[in-house]
Amino acid sequence: MAEMSAMNRKLIQNLAETLSKQVKHFNKTEAECLIRLFNGLLGDQSDRRVGNGLDRGKFRNILHNTFGMTDDMIMDRVFRAFDKDNDSYVSVKEWIEGLSIFLRGTLDEKIKYCFDVYDLNGDGYISREEMFHMLKNSLIRQPTEEDPDEGIKDLVEITLKKMDHDHDSRLSYADFEKAVRDENLLLEAFGTCLPDAKSILAFEQHAFQDTLER
Amino acid sequence: MGVALTRAAQWTTASSGTGKLEITPVNESLLKEILEFVEQFSSRHPQEAKHVFKEPLQWTTSLEASDFKTEYDISGPTVKSQETDRDGHPMLQLTPPSISVHSFSQLSKIVQLATDKRLKEVRACLEANRDPVAKMLGPSFATVEGEDSSVLRLLEKVKEGDQAKETEIKVKLIILLQQLDTQLLSNSLKQISQEVRLSPAAVKNDVELLKSFCSEGENRVLTSVQYTSDYEFTNGCRTPPWRQVHGEICYLVINPCDTQPLHITCSTAGVFLNGGIRQEGEENAYDRTSDVYKDLVTLLKSKSPHFAENINKQDFAVQEEPPTQKVQHVELVDAEEQGQPQRSYEHQEKNVHEKARQQLVQNKPGGKKKLEPSLKWKNLGLASPYDEADDKKSKKNAVSEKFAETQEKMQKKADFSVSSLPGRQSSNKTKTPGGVGGADDFSESSSESEEDEEQPERRTESNTDLPSEYWQIQKLVKYLKGGNQTATVIALCSMRDFNLAQETCQLAIRDVGGLEVLINLLDTEEIKCKIGSLKILKEISRNSQIRRAIADLGGLQTMVKILDSPDKDLKYLAAETIANVAKFRRARRTVRQHGGIKRLVELLDCVPDSAALTEEQEKDVEVARCGALALWSCSKSTRNKEAIRKAGGIPLLARLLKSPHENMLIPVVGTLQECASERSYRIAIQTEGMIEDLVKNLNCDNHELQMHCASAIFKCAEDKRTRDLVRQCEGLQPLVTLLSQADNKQLLAATTGAIWKCSISMENVAKFQDYKALETLVGLLTDQPEEVLVNVVGALGEGAQKPANRATIRKCGGIQPLVNLLTGTNQALLVNVTKAVGACATELENMTIIDRLDGVRLLWSLLKNPNPDVQASAAWAICPCIENAKDSGEMVRSFVGGLELIVNLLKSTNKEVLASVCAAIAKIAKDEENLAVITDHGVVPMLAKLTNTTDDKLRRHLAEAIARCCMWGSNRVLFGEAGAVAPLVRYLKSKDSSVHQATAQALFQLSKDPNNCITMHDNGVVKLLLGMMGSTDEVLQEAAAGCVANIRRLALANEKARYG
Repeated sequence: MAEMSAMNRKLIQNLAETLSKQVKHFNKTEAECLIRLFNGLLGDQSDRRVGNGLDRGKFRNILHNTFGMTDDMIMDRVFRAFDKDNDSYVSVKEWIEGLSIFLRGTLDEKIKYCFDVYDLNGDGYISREEMFHMLKNSLIRQPTEEDPDEGIKDLVEITLKKMDHDHDSRLSYADFEKAVRDENLLLEAFGTCLPDAKSILAFEQHAFQDTLER
Repeated sequence: MGVALTRAAQWTTASSGTGKLEITPVNESLLKEILEFVEQFSSRHPQEAKHVFKEPLQWTTSLEASDFKTEYDISGPTVKSQETDRDGHPMLQLTPPSISVHSFSQLSKIVQLATDKRLKEVRACLEANRDPVAKMLGPSFATVEGEDSSVLRLLEKVKEGDQAKETEIKVKLIILLQQLDTQLLSNSLKQISQEVRLSPAAVKNDVELLKSFCSEGENRVLTSVQYTSDYEFTNGCRTPPWRQVHGEICYLVINPCDTQPLHITCSTAGVFLNGGIRQEGEENAYDRTSDVYKDLVTLLKSKSPHFAENINKQDFAVQEEPPTQKVQHVELVDAEEQGQPQRSYEHQEKNVHEKARQQLVQNKPGGKKKLEPSLKWKNLGLASPYDEADDKKSKKNAVSEKFAETQEKMQKKADFSVSSLPGRQSSNKTKTPGGVGGADDFSESSSESEEDEEQPERRTESNTDLPSEYWQIQKLVKYLKGGNQTATVIALCSMRDFNLAQETCQLAIRDVGGLEVLINLLDTEEIKCKIGSLKILKEISRNSQIRRAIADLGGLQTMVKILDSPDKDLKYLAAETIANVAKFRRARRTVRQHGGIKRLVELLDCVPDSAALTEEQEKDVEVARCGALALWSCSKSTRNKEAIRKAGGIPLLARLLKSPHENMLIPVVGTLQECASERSYRIAIQTEGMIEDLVKNLNCDNHELQMHCASAIFKCAEDKRTRDLVRQCEGLQPLVTLLSQADNKQLLAATTGAIWKCSISMENVAKFQDYKALETLVGLLTDQPEEVLVNVVGALGEGAQKPANRATIRKCGGIQPLVNLLTGTNQALLVNVTKAVGACATELENMTIIDRLDGVRLLWSLLKNPNPDVQASAAWAICPCIENAKDSGEMVRSFVGGLELIVNLLKSTNKEVLASVCAAIAKIAKDEENLAVITDHGVVPMLAKLTNTTDDKLRRHLAEAIARCCMWGSNRVLFGEAGAVAPLVRYLKSKDSSVHQATAQALFQLSKDPNNCITMHDNGVVKLLLGMMGSTDEVLQEAAAGCVANIRRLALANEKARYG
């Protein structure tokens, strides 16, 4: 067992070294901590299939518990954004790469990431329907209103008016990028998909210090 | 009474003489009034009632001896009163049918006796005595048309003084009678105004109508209606002109069906039967033979029963024709008017005549109604409900709105000129400030109190047709209220796309309750929402109403808390918003009371001067900049200045002062110059080496920054070390260079101010001389705002302390503009101008110019200025003028009342005024004639009164003045008697040597009077003077020695007298 853990450690260190070179925002130690954390999270998984990584449920739990996200659909989209190869599992590489943007991404990286999250069907555009879908729970519905969706529709129109610079009734990546650069607040225009400063701080503290101490 | 009787009472014939009082309502009420007056007279004014009339009132009475009771001697038909006058004549005498009465008391009695005949008696009396007042008080009181001078005449008599008692009664009597007169007049006026005045047109109409009744057939009412004359004058009358003056319009002969032809006179007063005018010329035919009726129909009804009966039926027939009036008319006849059928006719007839007038009356409100819904309200949607229908139709776009605005302005003008109904105006008023439209249109709406009043009303008003922004903003605010973070952020971002600098949007946000939501968002945990909210608040808080609303909603407290946030964006946004909101005192206090000053000072802590900044450092700088902005706003309150200092703000500001960024420097220097009004800051600015940085920034090319730097130097340079520092840092030259920026008045005011204060040091004056500053400054003496002028003149005044500069000012032509400024009213300016002129006057050549421009007279008249600073400064300036002017004694005498004026200033309580005036008096007294005049004005006791002062400056000039004033007449003795000597001796103990010199001279002069010598000696002057005799000051030496010599001489003479 000791031999195995020693080998594990060696493996982890090598992996961390490689990954820290591929990913911008983590040094080797930090990468190592995150790998350990990843492994720790994997450990509970009963049917352990090596190389597969975190499944959707596990990942959503983390998003919900650690980063305080609540919107099921957005969490689903965040999982997809992490799961680059679309195999329904977040591998250790995808984990590190994803967290790099998630926790420490530059504005550019975050714009790209958010756009990916919001482009539900992955066709390179955020359409009216996608917006409606994402915003549909953003307003308190008033039963007195004739059309409870009216507010949402209006909100979609407002958003389009503000962000759709080429007036094609959908947001291209260019539209989105320009709008966010003009007004940073629009980065998470269609739902919270990034952690706030507090949870980032808490997570990093937990991951980098507590893990090391172990 | 006289006026009322001649004017208001209606006499039968217009010509005077024995006329008869007609029986008309007016006359009746007149008589009743007079009756009441007479009846109550003896009880109300018993003394006056006994006054014996000059001539008795005599008339033909219907009273008989039997009517009289006690107090009367009845012998047969004649009656005499027991009451007699002083000569024994009875006060009342009745020899039927004539009666004569001598006093009001008897008149009262008659009235009481006459019972039911009393009205008749009064009438008879008045008819027989057309001017009763004249009879009562004598012919000089006869009622004369035009002026009434009876009281004056009486007063003259009072002056003559004889029979004072009787005259007094007469006065009272006439006053009472005049009161009655006015009362009568006003009453009859009321009646007259109630009466229907007929006009030619109305009569003509009547006649036409009556003519139409003269048809054949069974329902005819009249046989014929004819005028006596076919000729109609242009004024509509048909009577001869000499009758027209009596108001007669025309004469008619009407043949009713049932009676004799009626000869009728129509006059403006009414309609009546006359003596039967067929042709002109029968004089008595004009007289009235019947009652006066208000119109023809009424008369006819009373004279012809047939007419009265038939007119009603006729009514209907006639009324069919004008259908508009039918309804009203029928109704009247059918309903309540049955008893007086003629009324219905009247009504209709009146309608005909008054149609035009009524239309006018109706038009007024009608026309205004059309004006009322001003198009502006429509566009704002604030119109009152009854305008809504119209409003909805009006589709607005930019063009129509513009058009509407001009229309509205025009209409408003028209509106105000026409409208007279108060209700209408007030409704207009209340709406005006409610507009959310362009700020320029509603400048009055920015007054907060008015705005506050309007708020509740406006919210309840129907919201039709507000600008489209209003609706969109309202919708967004709804999303803010009912949305999650995502929706909120979208709504916030969308709201920022509106033109938040525009008042419409600013007020719309407030009016739809957006401010509450935005401020509530600041209390949440959502950073994005807070940022978005602050970004909006930051913009809209440029509006003063919004600022107050934010403060009212407690926004400042929340924002102060946000300053603690770790998020830098939040910090700087909050600080910037605070900077905008804290533009009024209450807000500044709130910031301080919630610990805002300390937190804002903490924001200043950053490293500003490293050349290459990282992104984070840049944010730190931005945070510090906004902190400085907020402190700048807050520093306008004195207690905040103190709080900033206590929070350690000064060293941080000093560090930021080294920043290379102008946008950082402006708020920092702004704060510093604001705080430099406090001494603690001035010292800190000097000791923390900030002068150097301020001087450095004078050289930048940002005018605002330069202005603040100059202004800071202006405030700090009161201190000598600071002035030296400015010079040592080579700050004087840039200041002079800045004088060329003459277009920027604020900058110019700050620069000239700095130059003025720096000029207080002579070293600096020398530097300015090198930089030729004075030449430029003289050029700035004309066409500048007062705040610049004050400083320019101040600088010249300081500069002119150097002789070379005095010549420079003259050579540059500065004397004339300076003298011209003496006529100004700004007191700060006057203080400086007088000082500058005074300084210039020390040069003979300058004095010649000042004299030529009559400058001394101007200075002298400034002694009348209520401000003691101006008085003192003018008096100081007068001193060199008197000294240097040619024929100054003559000049001073030429100022009428000038010497009295300056002597009276010795009553001032201001030490500086007293000192300056004493100095001036010392100069004036050099001229013997003038000294004589001021002695006459009592200068000696006034100066003596001042001697107890402890103020060395005043002591010195006072002693000078006393020394000079001793030279006339017995003034020396007078000073001694006034007790001026003993206090003067004490002056010698003063530490100020200039006091010693003046005092010694004064004592020397005073010692020429032996009594003064004794007083001096008693006060121990000799020892003090002996010390002074050893002084290096020769004048002092001489004066002291002279004084001691005089004392000694007296002592010797005394000894000689005693011991022989």
